[in-house]
Amino acid sequence: MRAPRPYLAALRARFQLMLQYRTAALAGFATQCWWGGIRIMVFAAFYGANAAAAPISLANAVTYVWLGQALLALMPWLADPEIGQAVRSGAVGYDRLRPLDTYAYWYVRTLGWMLARVMPRAALMVLAAAIVLPCVGLEAWSWRPPTGLAAALLFVPAFVLMVALSASILTLANIVVAASLNERGVNAVLAPLVIVFSGSLLPLDFFPDEARLLLHLQPLAGLVDIPFRIYFADLHGMQAAQGLALQAAWTLVLIGVGRLAMGRMMRRLEMQGG
Amino acid sequence: MIVNALALYARYVAASLRAQAQYPASTLMLTAGHCAATAIEILAVYALFARFGPVGGWSFGEAALFYALVNIMFSVADLLTRGFEVFGTEFVRTGAFDRLLLRPRAAALQLAGHEVRLSRLGRLLQGSLVLILSTRLVPIAWDVSTIVTAIWAVAGGVALFAGILVLQATLAFWTVESLEVANVISYGGVQAAQYPLNIYAAWFRRLLTFAVPLACVAYYPVLAVLKRPDPLGAPDWLLPLTPAAGFIFLALAFLAWRAGMARYASSGS
Repeated sequence: MRAPRPYLAALRARFQLMLQYRTAALAGFATQCWWGGIRIMVFAAFYGANAAAAPISLANAVTYVWLGQALLALMPWLADPEIGQAVRSGAVGYDRLRPLDTYAYWYVRTLGWMLARVMPRAALMVLAAAIVLPCVGLEAWSWRPPTGLAAALLFVPAFVLMVALSASILTLANIVVAASLNERGVNAVLAPLVIVFSGSLLPLDFFPDEARLLLHLQPLAGLVDIPFRIYFADLHGMQAAQGLALQAAWTLVLIGVGRLAMGRMMRRLEMQGG
Repeated sequence: MIVNALALYARYVAASLRAQAQYPASTLMLTAGHCAATAIEILAVYALFARFGPVGGWSFGEAALFYALVNIMFSVADLLTRGFEVFGTEFVRTGAFDRLLLRPRAAALQLAGHEVRLSRLGRLLQGSLVLILSTRLVPIAWDVSTIVTAIWAVAGGVALFAGILVLQATLAFWTVESLEVANVISYGGVQAAQYPLNIYAAWFRRLLTFAVPLACVAYYPVLAVLKRPDPLGAPDWLLPLTPAAGFIFLALAFLAWRAGMARYASSGS
């Protein structure tokens, strides 16, 4: 990977293409509002019964839910549908002919796909949950700003690493799709794993305490649990640094695994179509 | 006529099953995947109850009963109404609906028979497993009346969810597209009804009782099965009758469907 220009062009092209799907973004936003609302009501009921048992405050849990709904499109739970199509139609052959590093090319395409899908949804969610809710007198249920300047500054690298980690997982998933010609199997395995182990379903500390260490060290924690806890300073100082290091380490490992898998897959790839 | 319709429906089902039997491994894996994907929510229910203890007077075992029944209802309705779910995208927009209208059988019947997906049994499977787990955890006096109430509740729930999907399809007569936003009511309804109703805020309870009567097919009949009085004060005699609301909802949905059919203009070939 020498000159970054072709990769930036691929990123921009995919980003602009995906931004065209406005209705999909609106539908996604409406669904996420509803989902977030139900989650928050369930949290409120459990906190009302026994708030002392909770690992984080209700205000932070509410912020966690909105943040998660806003950034849902960054979650690597569905393989890129275009890769499956390209492999089935034989169009993947063009990717072999480009004078580019195919892994890096697929990685930036995935990045563009995710970022374009998340941007409109996140912007609408900020508007609804962080601005409208407090204005109509529902501050208690609103999305709070980061807890302090340090948390805000630390959230920047945490967010970047969250995106990088997610793209590395999705690129690996796309490679499996290319090897198996169909995305349905990969999605069936990936989606439940990501929802549970990233902390999308529940913050990881809500699961039984015996599982805590394992849950915090596994790679998917870097997708939701670590960055969000940095956002509201539940992880701060040394702990936040450890969280960032964990995110970075898993991203590097998964990129390494992805490159190896890509090499193997491309050597065995049979062109479909005619 | 009805016998004939049932026979025709049975043939539709047989045709879809034969098609899926051509790829047994794929069908099995999709079913397992659907089972896993829809079962994760019970992990959240379990983890929350394990950490916080009982809520609103409910233990995990009782809450699991709500979860199980709602998932069973939805999976059966989902199995029966695939044609309505994809109605906008696959029938209205493409004009394929014209073909259905030319056949001398009700369009609704043909849509109900469109693609009966075995993979949807994955949700039924996990719902049934949670039901068994729940009955192990909570002493439920299963006698004829509770079993009848439970089956009646599931029937009402299937009718309600089918009604929601028919309404979703009806929208496509106007929008010429399946609106994903309607999933908020179907899938979102499952999500909401998996927890006992009395933990929610009052406005949300009213919405789930009077607008989309999910509470009538899940919450109230489950109270009757558990032989518990309603903490919100509904009279005991009313509880087992409430699933009828599901059938009323379905009837209203079909009225709307008829209105939509009357104004249907083909989108062309």
